[in-house]
Amino acid sequence: MQLWLIPVLPLAGFLLNGIFGRRFSKTVVNAIAIGSVLLSFVWVLKTLAGLGDLNAAHTEQYFTWIQSGSLNIGFDFTVDRLTAVMLLVVTGVGLLIHIYSIGYMAHEGGYYRFFAYMNLFMFFMLTLVLAANYLVMFVGWEGVGLCSYLLIGFYFDKKFATDAGNKAFIVNRIGDFGFSLAMFLIVVNFGSLDFGTVFTSVAGKSEATLTAIAFLLLVGACGKSAQIPLYVWLPDAMAGPTPVSALIHAATMVTAGVYMVARSAAIYTHAPAAMEAVAIIGLATAFFAATIGLAQNDIKKVFAYSTVSQLGYMFLGAGVGAFSAGIYHLVTHAFFKALLFLGAGSVIHALGGEQDVRNMGGLRKKIPWTFWTMMCASVAIAGVPPFAGFYSKDAILAAADRHAPWMYWVGVITAGMTAFYVFRAIFLAFFGNYRGKAHPHESPLVMIGPLAVLAALSLGGGYFFKVPEFLAPLFPLAEEGHDIGPVVVSVAFGLAGIALAWLFYVAKPGLPDQVVAAFNGLYKLIYNKYFVDEIYAAVVVNPVVSGSREVLWKGVDVAVIDGAVNGVGSQARGIGGVLKRVQSGNIRSYAAWVLLGSVVLLFVMGVMGGLR
Amino acid sequence: MSAGVPLSWYLILSAVLFSLGIAGFILRRNVITVFMSIELMLNAVNLSFITFSYQLKQVNGHIFSFFVMVVAAAEAAVGLAIILTVFKNRSTLNIDDVSSMKK
Repeated sequence: MQLWLIPVLPLAGFLLNGIFGRRFSKTVVNAIAIGSVLLSFVWVLKTLAGLGDLNAAHTEQYFTWIQSGSLNIGFDFTVDRLTAVMLLVVTGVGLLIHIYSIGYMAHEGGYYRFFAYMNLFMFFMLTLVLAANYLVMFVGWEGVGLCSYLLIGFYFDKKFATDAGNKAFIVNRIGDFGFSLAMFLIVVNFGSLDFGTVFTSVAGKSEATLTAIAFLLLVGACGKSAQIPLYVWLPDAMAGPTPVSALIHAATMVTAGVYMVARSAAIYTHAPAAMEAVAIIGLATAFFAATIGLAQNDIKKVFAYSTVSQLGYMFLGAGVGAFSAGIYHLVTHAFFKALLFLGAGSVIHALGGEQDVRNMGGLRKKIPWTFWTMMCASVAIAGVPPFAGFYSKDAILAAADRHAPWMYWVGVITAGMTAFYVFRAIFLAFFGNYRGKAHPHESPLVMIGPLAVLAALSLGGGYFFKVPEFLAPLFPLAEEGHDIGPVVVSVAFGLAGIALAWLFYVAKPGLPDQVVAAFNGLYKLIYNKYFVDEIYAAVVVNPVVSGSREVLWKGVDVAVIDGAVNGVGSQARGIGGVLKRVQSGNIRSYAAWVLLGSVVLLFVMGVMGGLR
Repeated sequence: MSAGVPLSWYLILSAVLFSLGIAGFILRRNVITVFMSIELMLNAVNLSFITFSYQLKQVNGHIFSFFVMVVAAAEAAVGLAIILTVFKNRSTLNIDDVSSMKK
């Protein structure tokens, strides 16, 4: 079915725009960048249509990549139902965001560079999703990390942007370290990295081994998907252009960890301790990120912490065994979070770069399209039935309730906070009186169009795309003892969050300040994000930096290594300085030395009796 | 060995000639003289070879001295060629003036 065309089309777009883009007009750059993603999307549709019901995985082997002893790693792609879902999300949402970017990036420098990177990202993301073994997946995994770094630091003349890019890259290295170790363990224990081979032979392995592999994979997933304790890079990643935040840091790349955990479900289901860790990390991340989101004033930061929090939900779903619910939430989240970011981008675009919600307000009338589409995303993320977020979040919470009721309750409280902080941002930005100075203007059609499509998907995506049923052959559905109680409670919490936001930020605008005054310490704590960055700086970054500088650089490098090298050099020079006096070039002195040597030799031989 | 001339006289003559060669080689500065001193040393060694060969009634010493003569002839050819070239280029036969290798 020529699966390779799916990632290679964006790669071709990247090469064309990357090499020749400087000379192309914007129209040509657009045509190449959007055209390649569109073709890729069409090819995904054609492929999936041609593959029928996909109950069995369809694998294509292109060439042997690594052959060493019994280890044989091929460059193989595979499509099963899980891959199909991811392909549609990546190419579909990716296409919409590419189109949106035409409008958003219209006045930015480095236009072709932006689209080249975006195409490259699509290539790596599709490679990651299509991979038939862990190593090919790792190629995509590293590649999307590279593109993430390049696009976070897109405004490379701004220090904070390049710093954020470095932070993302370095934090991701920690996760990749776990992923690499997991791959080594898999090779040692299974003798293969192929998904098919590994997952079918899981049953015979010891639980300790599988738990170790699962934990190491979890480290990788935590890095890529911004889970505690490695989530710190994602909020900073908002330094990149907003379409990047929508595509890479909300809809696709950051969900790679969830995808990887779901893909490795066979390993995780045999490692209950690791499953529990996934669930607890997910839940803790969901909760803490949501609390931080309550007090952020930068509209992109609010949505960034929201993304971290929602990714936590996906991990919770996977951790309690509802892999399909996690993927379901991944899909709906891709719709509504991409929409929230693109909407935020539209607001920022309208206000000429303003990102602080305190300087917005009253935009409802001025940019109605943006307002209404973002409203759709907000009700979806808040879990209002029957919109997309309701279905997926409900599926996760129901699974959590079956697993452990306390997880359900923490999840429900988080859902309430989610509704609150999203609507807080919406109400601050769109209601009340306008507090800014710029003159807002509605975004062009090329931006509104994708917003409208995503709004439709946010509203109806949960109802029309029944992902868990579609994935049932891979992840069997839980027995359907559907209790209405937990659903009602979680919806009630969501609505309560919205109502509270309305009360605080529309009905009684003075109230938040009183609440802040009452809980000043707590507010300071969450406003400063629990001082996690500061703690990391004090505990990890500064010791490493100063240790590197004082011990490794000035101590080991300069004193020991340079000292040894320079010492050898100066010793050789000193000895040479003495010896060169002998090499005078004066033949008679050489002769004298020869004579002296012969005499000494004769004398010694005489003394030792050698002459007899 | 004919009667009356003992072995030690030949060897003492050889040693004296060799020492003269060394002294000439080390003390003189003229390249030609140095060269002749080398020849003198070689011939001193030849003399001792022949002496021992005669004394021991063996032909080895004669053969060795022929070899030495051949080498000396070859060396003379090469050495004189070098001396000529040096003289053409430097207009000197003083051996201390051709020590430029050390720079």
